[in-house]
Order: sequence, then C-alpha cells, then structure tokens
Amino acid sequence: MATQPGPEPKRHWLRILFVLPFIAMLWVPSYNRLTPELFGFPFFYWYQLLWVIISAAIAGIIYKAEH
Amino acid sequence: MNWPALIVFIALFVFVTGLGFWAARWRSGDLTLLHEWGLGGRRFGTFVTWFLLGGDLYTAYTFIAVPALVYGAGALGFFAVPYTILIYPLLYLVFPRLWSIAHKHGYVTSSDVVLGRYGNKWLALAVGVTGLVATMPYIALQLVGMQVVIGAMGVGGEGLMGDLPLIIAFVILAAFTYTSGLRAPAMIAVVKDVLIYLVVIAITILVPLKLGGFEPIFSAVPAAKLTLVAPVGDTYGAYSIYATLALGSALALFLYPHSLTAILSSSNPGAIRRNAALLPAYSLVLGLLALLGFMAVALHVGTDPAFADGFKQYGNNFAVPALILAAFPGWFAGVAFAAIAIGALVPSAIMSIACANIVSRNIYRGFFRPDATNAQESSVAKIASLVVKLGALVFIIFVPVPYALQFQLLGGLWMIQVLPSVILGLYLRVLTGWPLLAGWVVGTVLGTWMASTTSFKAAVFTLTFFGVSFPGYIALYSLIANIVVSVVLSLLLKPFVAPAPAMAD
Repeated sequence: MATQPGPEPKRHWLRILFVLPFIAMLWVPSYNRLTPELFGFPFFYWYQLLWVIISAAIAGIIYKAEH
Repeated sequence: MNWPALIVFIALFVFVTGLGFWAARWRSGDLTLLHEWGLGGRRFGTFVTWFLLGGDLYTAYTFIAVPALVYGAGALGFFAVPYTILIYPLLYLVFPRLWSIAHKHGYVTSSDVVLGRYGNKWLALAVGVTGLVATMPYIALQLVGMQVVIGAMGVGGEGLMGDLPLIIAFVILAAFTYTSGLRAPAMIAVVKDVLIYLVVIAITILVPLKLGGFEPIFSAVPAAKLTLVAPVGDTYGAYSIYATLALGSALALFLYPHSLTAILSSSNPGAIRRNAALLPAYSLVLGLLALLGFMAVALHVGTDPAFADGFKQYGNNFAVPALILAAFPGWFAGVAFAAIAIGALVPSAIMSIACANIVSRNIYRGFFRPDATNAQESSVAKIASLVVKLGALVFIIFVPVPYALQFQLLGGLWMIQVLPSVILGLYLRVLTGWPLLAGWVVGTVLGTWMASTTSFKAAVFTLTFFGVSFPGYIALYSLIANIVVSVVLSLLLKPFVAPAPAMAD
C-alpha cells in the first residue's frame, strides 16, 4: 500500500484490542441484570458506562503505540 | 409564559447568532470555494474537530430523543450507550484512510470517493441521494427537539403562531449557514458544549441530591423496565433488538454526510485518531443524559398536572423539559433549553451543509453542469442547504412517529446501504460499480419494505430461521442482503469487467 509520508502510522498488533468492546457490548445477556450495584446504579447501567471508559482507554493505548 | 427562562434563552440565542455571522471572518478563506465554505478549508485541528464531531453526534437525539425513550421504554433506550462505544473503533480504523484518499484527490463527499473508485456515476448518484434522503429525518429530529423546548417555555399555541418561533430559529440558522458555511457551526459548537456540560453536570448532581442519591431514582422505575425483558422460548427477543440497534446505528453513523464533513474538515488523520480516544467523553455525558429519563420518572412529572398539556402535545419527548422545569428555577431552565436548542442548531447546520455539498458537487456538477465554475458550485450549495431544511419539515408533517428517535433509526436504515460502496470498497478489491448498485437497490428496497410493515413507526423486524426468531434492527438485516448481492454479483461478473483501479491512498 502506497502511503503518504507522515500521516499513515504503522499498524500495531494492539489493534486487536478493538475487538473487545464489540464482544462485550453485543453479548447482551452477560450484562442484562440488576446486581451487583455500584453507587446505586444497577449493574446494567454502570457496566456499560464503564465500557465507555475502557474503550476510550483502548483507543488511547493504540494511538500511543502507533505514534 | 415562563419569562425568566425565555429572557435567558433569547439572550443566549442572540449571542450565538452574532457568533454565527462573525464566524465568516474566522481563519478567513475564500468562501466562494466549496471546500472553504463547506469544509472550513480543511484546517481544523484535534480541538475543533472534537467539538465539531461532538456537535454532530450529540444532538437533540441525545438530549431529547434518547431520554424520552428511556422514560417511556426503560432499559431498551440505553442502547445508545453501546452504540456510541462501537463507533470509536470504526472511527480509528477506517476513517483516517478515507481522509487520506479524500485529501489527495480533493474529494468533498462520499459520492466523490465512490465515483473516483468505481467510475460509475449512477452509483455515485445513489450514494449522494441516499445521504440527502437519510439526513432529512435526522434534521427533522432536531426540529422536534427545538419545538419541544420552545413549547416548554410557554411560547407557541395553535396553528401558525405556534410554529413561528421555530420558523424564526430556522431562518436565523439558514442565514448564518448561508453566509459563513461550516465555520459557523464549528464556532457555535464550542459554546454549545460548554452550556451542555454545565447543564448535564448540574442536573446529574442536583437531582440525585434532591432525591437522596441514585438509588431512589432507579427504585422509582418499575423493576421490569430496569433491564431488558429476558427472552422466553425460541426467540432472542430484546437481546437481539438491543445488540442490532447498537451495531446498526454505529455502522450507519459515519456514513452520514454530516459526519463525513466533520471528518474531512480536520487537518490531518492524526486528529481523527486522537478523537477516537477523546470523543468517548461525550458518550459518558450521553449515558448520564439517558438517565434523565429515569429522573423524570422519579420526579413523577408524568402525573403532574402542570405538565399535562406538554405531554399531551409532545408525548414522551416532553420528559426532559418537564424534568428541568420541575427541578430548577426559571433562569436555569432558560440556560438548559438554550443548550438544547443550540444543540439542535449546530448539527442541523452541519447536516444541511453536508447535503448541500452533495447537491452541488455530485448532482449539479456531476450530472447537469460539468463545466460549472467553482463559484457557481459553491452558490448552488448555499441554496441547496435551504432546500434540505424544508425537506426535514415535510418529514415532521407527514411521518408521525411515537418516539422522535424513530427518525434517526429510519435515516439509519437508508444510510447504512452505502457502506459496501464507501467502506468495504476500501478493503475488498473485488467489488465493482454495477454489482454495488444492485446491492444498494436490494438493501434499500428490502429495508424500506420491512419498515413499511410497521407503517414506519418502528425500525425492528423479526427474522425467523428454523423456528428461532431474531427480532432486530432493519438496517442491519437489509445491509446483510446488500453485501451478499454486491459481493456475489461482483464475483460472478469478475471475468467480464476490468478490475477497479488500485485505490490510491
């Protein structure tokens, strides 16, 4: 693949981590429950909000690895 | 009439209007050129791209439609969170590549990309028209959001007088879009986000404080609505609905002309990748906003006689305005409503600019006036941006949906059909123009038919294989048919057509 100098970074094997949010979020029965609660949030809610942070971290880690 | 709210609202609205017109001078360029007017000269860095993409993605959809669904249907409405989680890997992996191609060849729209790749102007037209049609219900959703908050301040009434505030807001929007192009929403997006964050933080701290924490909020909701209904028997029930809505919405999102506009206007692919890590901040806010639906339940706004009229007129879309009015003083309601209205204004502007780029570049220049000058192309775009907004109004009038969110889901089922042409083509060399067009036709017709079985009131269709039912988002099902047709026909026709030119990127 012809690349421009600069902008196109090397693909790092860590990109495989991007599979994780898909597995976690599409596997709905794994989180469709109320307990354990956290700060009054039923599991269903805090677990998915936690994955927002995890997936941001994954993107950050991959960016760091590639730049 | 809620005067304190109205005065604060109008003051903020006047402020952003001034900003919108002034934006024409920001990092000034020659606004008679399409990429200056319509892509801000491709000069936006990480910071502005963040606000612009955020302004694009987190709209009245987030502030009105998602909480309304959570208010009415409970846990199902939370699918918006996994949806926005799944968009970031796609943003990181796919779109920098598209940016590089667009930058190299001066492409402004996805139709440009498709035309460049396959040399099939009918496929390019299909991609362009899909963008136009799919965006109209999405802008309609923004209009609903604006309508609801204006109504919540007691402005309005029957007939023309009732629509007047909305019309005024849209004339203002149209005027500054026309003069300043993409610079206007980019600049206003910053103000909008500051307001939104303030409002969201205030609500998510003060309402739980008032009610004694999140525990009472969740326990006010009937237990059956707190989680998805576990499927019984030979069906995947709510599980397959939830997963397909999240995945289908995520796949459709960046195909929308306005998302692509925001992506292409960034100054380098690194800015896009950095945003894949930074944009989830909005997803957290979206998750908190979704919970406003439950807060509205906990405050019993639905049975409060003060809000009976509002719910009657706007349905569950009134949940968030009612919550704000119930829990906060008038002046704060003014700030919150202004935040929501501006939050509808910014994406509407970006969406109409994006559609305008398609009309001028791919329809006007592509089909009717190939020899048009750059200045003519740019002025057609400005007029087209007005026409698209009118199309959105038509949607509101003729497609009455129970939840405004349906507008977004309907748009998604059309939008997703360009995925094989725009995205898969980057990776699968075998795909060619005519088979992709056939796939697009099959996917679009099938999806529209599935939606018509629900009278366009829902976006879920039930597929049954060997006695097991998979109810799910129509967009995803019709996309599968589209991909199968595109790939199989491309393979069958391979011996007869010249291979597509190698993708230059």
